[in-house]
Amino acid sequence: MLATKVIIDQGIHVEGINFFTGFCVEGHTHAIRNKDRKREKRNNSLWVAEQLGIKLHIIDVIEEYKDVLLNPKHGYGANMNPCLDCKGFMVGKAREWMEENGFDFIITGEVIGQRPMSQRKQTMPIIAEESGAHDRLLRPLCAQNLPLTLPEREGWVDREAMLDFSGRSRKPQMALAEKFNFDDYAQPAGGCCFLTDAAYSIKLKDMWTHRGTRDYELDDIMMLKVGRHLRPRPNFKIIIGREDGENRFLEGYRKLFTHLRATDHNGPLALLDGSFDDDDIQLAARIVARYGQGRDAKKVDIEIKQQDREAYQISVQPMPNEEIPKTWMI
Amino acid sequence: MDDLIPQQLDARRLLCPMPVIRTQNRIKDMRTGEILEVTCTDPGALSDIPTWCRINGHRVIDTETVDDEIKIRIEVDGGQ
Repeated sequence: MLATKVIIDQGIHVEGINFFTGFCVEGHTHAIRNKDRKREKRNNSLWVAEQLGIKLHIIDVIEEYKDVLLNPKHGYGANMNPCLDCKGFMVGKAREWMEENGFDFIITGEVIGQRPMSQRKQTMPIIAEESGAHDRLLRPLCAQNLPLTLPEREGWVDREAMLDFSGRSRKPQMALAEKFNFDDYAQPAGGCCFLTDAAYSIKLKDMWTHRGTRDYELDDIMMLKVGRHLRPRPNFKIIIGREDGENRFLEGYRKLFTHLRATDHNGPLALLDGSFDDDDIQLAARIVARYGQGRDAKKVDIEIKQQDREAYQISVQPMPNEEIPKTWMI
Repeated sequence: MDDLIPQQLDARRLLCPMPVIRTQNRIKDMRTGEILEVTCTDPGALSDIPTWCRINGHRVIDTETVDDEIKIRIEVDGGQ
């Protein structure tokens, strides 16, 4: 938002690009949990574009992003976040868009030293080179600390109007926001990508380990965000809705998964992922019964619907909490 | 203009920003004045699609929510 405003104030026409990888937090969380349904629903990139009066293009890169996540040349951060490869990929896609649409250069809001992996002085040239943007990549917020770029050399932008921010502190950005009279902006300091989340990363690795292949579809990565995930045996896991919003979301996947739900008590919808036999289903049913209102009943009726069978019902004893080891929780 | 038969886009079960992306990609192939009716289930679309339309020069004719389904009718380039 700040970098764009700096360039707009130079009289330059700017359009925004926002990439959707499938791991973007705000896109997923609007609609699922009940507690989130009452929160203001705002896509920050759209909101920012409207505040700045620029067009915004949202680009689906879900398929192409798989290679970035699965084969990061520069490795991962603290979790499954391939930040440097991700940045290079996105600037590369922006370069393609720039060339296809007759634009002259790319700007980003990067600041030297802001992030430990992808925004270091040493990594700035790597992103410029690997993206193919080279000197058409301008970082207005720290340009004075970096070599001259094409737009500066050609006089398209005034280097003196560029900034010299560096380091982790966001106080300079906040001061600039105040100068621009921005009294509302997206919260800084990350949190916009599930791949930086430790719990999410563990679920992702668990999925790959037990499927025996490092691959995914959009539905897979969406489901990792939803529900309580338990793996009582290596061959299958159970995804149990934690509240009505999640149950509604999981209902959309009933045709793709074997699913279980109590019929004589209120309780969650649960999906089974993997391969399983009748004994596994019996175990899953006991676990699902434990998470419903029949948890203290002697028996709970659970309906099971498998893709290739008519729905049927079994009666099970809910599994006591103390019999569910923590190691089952993913 | 509003009497034109709208084109339909089914974006149900998709979470934002996918309904916006599908809307954007469909409108790219439509002509000025044509109408697109998008059906979604993500309540976020009720904010995101109109915002996308405003910043890209399209007009939201109306929106309607019935049970958990949201319908948004858009006139292409109608906001310019």
